[in-house]
Amino acid sequence: MPIISTAGLARTFQTKSGPVEAVRGIDLTVAPGEILGLLGPNGAGKTTTLRMLTTLLAPTGGAATVAGHDLATDPAGVRRVCGYVAQSGGVDPQVSVREELVTQGRLYRLTKRQAVERADELARDLDLTGLLDRRTSALSGGQRRRLDIALGLAHRPKVLFLDEPTTGLDPASRADLWDLVRRLRDEHGTTVVLTTHYLDEADALADRLVIVDGGVVVAEGTPSALKLRYGGSTDATLQDTFLAITGRTPQPAAPAPATV
Amino acid sequence: MLLQDTALIFGRYLRQTLRSRFAMLFGVLMPLLYLLFFGPLLTDLPLGGGGSSWQVLVPGLLLQLGLFGAAFAGFMIIVEKNHGVVERMRVTPVSRLALLLGRVLRDTAVFVLQAVLLVLAAVVMGLRAPVAGILIGFAFVALLTISLASLSYALAMRVSSPHTFGPTVNALTMPSMLLSGLMLPMSLAPGWLDALSHVMPFRYLVDAMRDAYVGSYATASMAYGVLVAVALAGLAVTVGTRVFRTAGA
Repeated sequence: MPIISTAGLARTFQTKSGPVEAVRGIDLTVAPGEILGLLGPNGAGKTTTLRMLTTLLAPTGGAATVAGHDLATDPAGVRRVCGYVAQSGGVDPQVSVREELVTQGRLYRLTKRQAVERADELARDLDLTGLLDRRTSALSGGQRRRLDIALGLAHRPKVLFLDEPTTGLDPASRADLWDLVRRLRDEHGTTVVLTTHYLDEADALADRLVIVDGGVVVAEGTPSALKLRYGGSTDATLQDTFLAITGRTPQPAAPAPATV
Repeated sequence: MLLQDTALIFGRYLRQTLRSRFAMLFGVLMPLLYLLFFGPLLTDLPLGGGGSSWQVLVPGLLLQLGLFGAAFAGFMIIVEKNHGVVERMRVTPVSRLALLLGRVLRDTAVFVLQAVLLVLAAVVMGLRAPVAGILIGFAFVALLTISLASLSYALAMRVSSPHTFGPTVNALTMPSMLLSGLMLPMSLAPGWLDALSHVMPFRYLVDAMRDAYVGSYATASMAYGVLVAVALAGLAVTVGTRVFRTAGA
């Protein structure tokens, strides 16, 4: 029984220059406890898909359920069971780390006492304890990202959506974050759906990859299955596999135009 | 649930206001400057109505300051939107109405406090008005702030940058202020201007408030004022909540 399933999930934006089909029809299933990597070129529809699955954006077509809650008929149920960490995070620079954590717990309807306890617990888990009384503007990039993720975990969600969680982080912070994601799955059975442009990240972290291009799923499978099928061998790099799937391989030089 | 959520959001933004001491100081100072530099111009003018010029000036001044203050309330949310704070909140189960009301009630509380200070200063300068009338005046000021702040947040959620927000709000508030008789009563205006001013909801609020300040509570102006103020607030909160529910496109 999948924890996330979507059928033909689609979103068309109305713009001044006509409708733009950001997502044309995504069919996706995610098993409980799976770490799923969502890959695709810029503008492929990854973020739009996550924003639909987290109820931020209403789909214009298709259907989806998240942890047993229907996206269209029970958005409140979806919000209770999933956490979302956006690309840009979402903290007020003037507010202290502690206040953000407690407020987040309260937004998820914890009592004041529960929210305070949960804030301490999250700070311990994400190595933020010494930073609780700092303003968020005083955090480093890696610390900021850990806070963003702590906010997404305030209510112990069954499903966590991470949009480019390691963009802009140094290698050590990225490795820490990978450990954290694995730990979430191993210790709490959390299902994680993450988007990334780093193919080494997808390779190291994801159990399964879904590659999106032009608003549809163009390939999916374990990293090694994809390499074998599209890259020619399991030794192929994910980079070559990705380029082969999305058709963005360097084109052979066009023949010089005949001169008359 | 709604109460708890609203209290949570209200608290968060009240702390935000308390952090910016400069804005607080300026917010209190500005109305006093108006009283000090504009009030004396009117003391000997025949403004019509039953009371002194202060009873005409102070209600208009309160509504005018409320109008400008609340209309620009949305500025803050544009900054927050860019930080991702609004989406972070919208992804939680928190009530959408509370996301709006918590902010709007903060704006209202802050402005009512400013209004109290302004009235106290006006009393020192010569305003004499019945206490009940003054209290009714605060209720009108609160309703106006709720309405305009809600609409301001709704607009701010829809626009992408402060560069579009500022001019749009200015373009809407300036004519509203002039056409409502907030500075001087419309009873002084030529017929066409007086007639035109009746399409402005604030016209009804200021007429009712001026009645309250001279102690006439059972008038037609008062009835229209209450009706318009309540209807406007209801409409604005509905529009604002809708935007918090659907925004994102």
